Formats: sequence, C-alpha cells, structure tokens
Amino acid sequence: MLIMENILLALSGLKVNRMRSLLTMLGIIIGIASVIAIMTLGDSISSSVTDSMTAMGANNITVGLQQKSTTTQTTGSGMTFSFGPRMNQMKEEDYVTEEMLTDLKERFPEMIAGYSLSESLGTGTAQKGALRAYVNAQGVNEEYLENEDPTLTAGRMLSGRDQQEGRKVALVSDRFVNSLFDGDAGKALGQTVDVLMGNRYYTYTIVGVYEYESSGMEFSTDSEEDTPTALYLPLKAAQNQNHNTSGYRQFTILTAKEVSATDFCTMLEDYMNSRYYQDNESFEIGAMSMESVIESMTEMLSTVALAIAAIAGISLLVGGIGVMNIMLVSVTERTREIGTRKALGATNGSIRLQFIMEAVVLCLVGGALGIGLGIGIAAAATNLMGYAVRPSIPGILISVSFSVLIGIFFGYYPANKAAKLKPIEALRYE
Amino acid sequence: MKEKKTIIDLRGIIKRFYIGKPNELEILHGIDLKVEEGEFLSIVGASGSGKTTMMNIIGILDRPTEGGYLLDGVDVAHAKDRELSLIRNQKIGFVFQTYNLISRTSALRNVELPMLYGGKPRSERTRRAKELLRLVDMEERMSHNPDELSGGQKQRVAIARAMANDPAIILADEPTGALDSGTGRRIMDLFQKLNREQGKTIILITHSQELAEETRRIVTLKDGAIVGERSGSGC
Repeated sequence: MLIMENILLALSGLKVNRMRSLLTMLGIIIGIASVIAIMTLGDSISSSVTDSMTAMGANNITVGLQQKSTTTQTTGSGMTFSFGPRMNQMKEEDYVTEEMLTDLKERFPEMIAGYSLSESLGTGTAQKGALRAYVNAQGVNEEYLENEDPTLTAGRMLSGRDQQEGRKVALVSDRFVNSLFDGDAGKALGQTVDVLMGNRYYTYTIVGVYEYESSGMEFSTDSEEDTPTALYLPLKAAQNQNHNTSGYRQFTILTAKEVSATDFCTMLEDYMNSRYYQDNESFEIGAMSMESVIESMTEMLSTVALAIAAIAGISLLVGGIGVMNIMLVSVTERTREIGTRKALGATNGSIRLQFIMEAVVLCLVGGALGIGLGIGIAAAATNLMGYAVRPSIPGILISVSFSVLIGIFFGYYPANKAAKLKPIEALRYE
Repeated sequence: MKEKKTIIDLRGIIKRFYIGKPNELEILHGIDLKVEEGEFLSIVGASGSGKTTMMNIIGILDRPTEGGYLLDGVDVAHAKDRELSLIRNQKIGFVFQTYNLISRTSALRNVELPMLYGGKPRSERTRRAKELLRLVDMEERMSHNPDELSGGQKQRVAIARAMANDPAIILADEPTGALDSGTGRRIMDLFQKLNREQGKTIILITHSQELAEETRRIVTLKDGAIVGERSGSGC
C-alpha cells in the first residue's frame, strides 16, 4: 500500500522535474540501451544463422582434406579448413577413395547413415540463343539429393540408373527455367542445354526442375537473376567430366540421429588420419559438423556480448552515481518536507522507503527508455543486415532487475540520510 | 464540572543544549504543566522565551534533557524513536505557521497523509479526508495542489490534516502568523469551533497577547520558566 503510494509520488516528482530527471536517467538509458542492443543483435544474428545452418543439417559431418600444419593443431571442430590455392597442389593419390568410405562405414556402422557425395564442376553459363542463365554445376549422389531434398516442381529426380550409367542429365532450378524457357517447365523438360564451363561447352538433358530456395546466407550484390543456381548432375557424369577416378576431396557423412556430431568428428579424424594419412606428407583429414560450427559461433558472439556488457556496466555505474547525486540534492531540497512527514508520524523506515522507491522508479523509467532505445537500435541494425529482430527476453529481464538494483543500491545512502534527519532540525531548515 | 482527564502532564522539564563542552545552554528550567482534555490553552511569550522548544517537547519532536512527560497516560520521555513516530501520528495534530503542506500533491492527499502513515485503508482515508475538508469548508478545492491555494486556504487544509487521525491534542504554532487579520480571524474561529463542537484539546503557541486572550487559559513563558497563568476571555 505504502509502496504503491510512493510509486505514484515518485512518478509525479519525475513529471515536475522532467528535464532534471531525464538528464539523471541518461547514464542508465545509455547503459541499458547498449546492453539490450548488443544482446538483441547477438540473439538475432545467432538465431538467424543457426536456423539456416540447421536447415543445412546440424548433424551432418563434412569431412575434407586439409593441409597438414607444421604445428600439430588439435582441432576437434576442424575450423581450420583450407580451401583456395593450396588445394591445387593436391594430387589424386591424396584423395579419399571409395575403399576408404566403405571401410569407414564398416568401422562405424551404427553411426553412419550414408554419404552425401558431390563433385563440383564450378560455375558456368548456360546459353540458349540470346538468353543466359548462371549455374553452379555439381555432380551429386542419391544421398546428397535426399539430404538436400529440393522440392521438385516438374519432371523427375536423378534416378539410380542415371547415377550408375553416368548419364548427362540435369536437374535445374525454376530460376533457370525462368531465364531460359520463359518459366515454362514443361517446355524445358527433355531439352538439351549447352553450359560453358572453363572454355568448353558441355551438353546436358534436363530431366527435372526444382524450386530454388535462398539459403539466406548470400551477400550477393548481383541482382537475383544473376545469382548462380545449382545444376545437379549424376555424380559419375561429373567425375567423368573432370576425369577424376580416384576419389573425393571432400564428402559429407549423414549421421544417424542419436549420434553426437561433435564427438564423432574427433573419432573420425583420429581413425582416418592414423589409418590412411599417417604417412602423407602434406594432407590430413579434417572433420567438422554444423553443430560444432554453430557452437563456436555462439561462443564467439557471447564473448563479444560479454565484452560490451562490461562496458555497458561501467556506463550503468556512472549512471547510478548520477542517480545518487540527484537523490542527495533532492533530500536536501526537501528537508522541510521530510520534517513535516516525520511530524505527521512517518517513521524512519517509511521515509527511507519513500526515497529508495523514488530512486528505483527513476532507474526503472530510465531502464524502460533504455530497453526501447536498445531494441530500436538493434532493429535498425538487423534490418540493415537482413536478419529478423528477436528482442532478447533474458536481456530485458536482466536490464529491468539491474535497474531496480541500481536504484536500491544508489538510492539507499541518500534515503538513509533522509530517514536519519531529526524532525526539529528538518522542520527548522530553510 | 465533572472530573476531566489529564492529557498532558509535564513535570520538571529541563532542556539544555550543548554547544561545545563547557558551554551548555539551558533553555527550559523545570517546567510543570498539566493540560486537561478539552482545554483551549495558549502559551505566550516573547521570542527567546523558550516557547518553540516547549512546543517541540510537547509535540515530542524533541526530548527533554530532564523531567517526565506523560502524554495521554503514556510516558513519552523514555520512548523509542519508532514509538514516538506512532504517538505523533495518533495523538498529535500539528498546525505550523508556514502550513508545511506537501507540494506536488493535492489537498486531499495532504489530509490523507497522516492516515496513510497510520495504516488506514485507502477507501476509509479518502472518506475521512473529504469529511474533514468539508468541516474546514475546503471541499471544492480538495483536488488543488497547495501552490494553487491562498494562505488561509492552506492553513485550513493543514488544520484538516491535523485532525486526520482524531488526535488527543492539536498543537498550533503561530497558526495565524503569516496571515492577514481577516483570514487569521477565520482560522481562530475554526479552532474555537473545533474546541467547542468536537471537544478537541488545542494548544496555541503565540507571541501575540491579543490572540492569547481568545483562549480559555493563558500560560506565560519568560526566559524558560512559566511566570504567569490566568484565564482568558475565551469561553
């Protein structure tokens, strides 16, 4: 009851001294706003990224060859994949062979559900008269397609026979059909297309059309039509085209559901490296799972968030001192009021409560404004980066309770000073 | 006249102030005073006579250095701070020369304040506050803040506030000191009415002989001692 009265009293006090209150709250507002902004930003980015990564299969393990480093790195998560120029030095004898895959599956039968294999042919341009479409051609096996699970809108998937015989048939995107066939999928089916890759034309027959989905992770400045879409070929056809008969630089293990991908990564690396790559001078196996990537990313984001929270904490401390200062001024200004209240029967406790509540209300209003401002900043920033905003609920709860704590902590000393005033001295104060 | 209850019983009250160790200043030199229920009493004295100190002691805003004080049968000279707050709240209504209303809050809320500290439920507070404001003829202005009221109006609100917890005594320190004579007259009439109709014990502290004449009993204070006591014209 007394608390409610005190809150109303404090609010009316804020209204009377509007400018002063706002300036006092500024430290709190800035502190809380930065905490909320950074936490909301962090949450929004990590949940957007996690979502799109999970869509790609959090439990899949990507295994690839990586340069052996002179210093032995212990990478359970295998964040040190080396793509790029170094890979050119890789010789065919370094590749992971079909035999190794078979062996691996025999060694870990209850963990490996299948292999998703692909052979990249690189980007190319499909041409038909004056029309063009950009593709990213890759040979894939059946498991790859099952895992990726593109939505078929016309025609058929690549069949087992396509795979076995290495037929030059292709699964293209609806975007591709839009560019070359005016969006008429029916017309596209059975047609042949010429794709310019490197400096040669390759000809494929279109057997199916799938619905293109943006992965949400592309930062392309090209217009949408210019973004290359995947063109899937049977794995064997791609291998033939690349004259690659010896194996894979990289493959994906589809793990059984209950397997912990992160742990399995380490087991895989140990097994493969000790068995097959012990004597290899320059390459070894690295395994990573989306799960571990997500983990290390979340970890990184929370480290950044922690650092910024520390800075915000300093701002809150400064804000709290500002609150204490203004409360001391307020106590002095209202000495006679305190005297009057005591004459009317206010106990020391109720005077203390009144001033603490005033400080708490000041901090809470500041905190609320800070939360609003923080979410606003985060919304603007996430909007710019193309993620959805997700206000951080724990962030808001932490901020609110922190505001209350600051109010109590920095309000206590002035409130206690007010409570201890002697009634006659307070009444006599001019 | 039937036997009346003694409300205030001051015995040998001495008040000293210590201003550094060797200099102690004795303001009151052993005051004995009894006030009975329903009295309208004035304490008169020039400035420096110790009347403010005496009011502070009667109103238990300050403690005597020596002596005993029974307020409505309770020994308040040796009570704890917390108990004193409660006694002030329940037994004493203060009216100050400078009104001392809480700014930023309405007349109604001001009158409710002692009841808030006394722990009365909200609905009862509001009902009683309205009733009191009607008594002092301030009903129409109850939602106004003090800075929107004239001096006389403020003092009437203050009197209503002093009455809030139906205290045993009303202690008025120069209540008309800041008012013009016409307005002061209305305030004095109000005190007369409260004394006559509600039987309130009222102690008026003033330097004005003229004002003191209106009360029924006049106690004159000089240099920290009671030097005279006589009946006033107030009936």
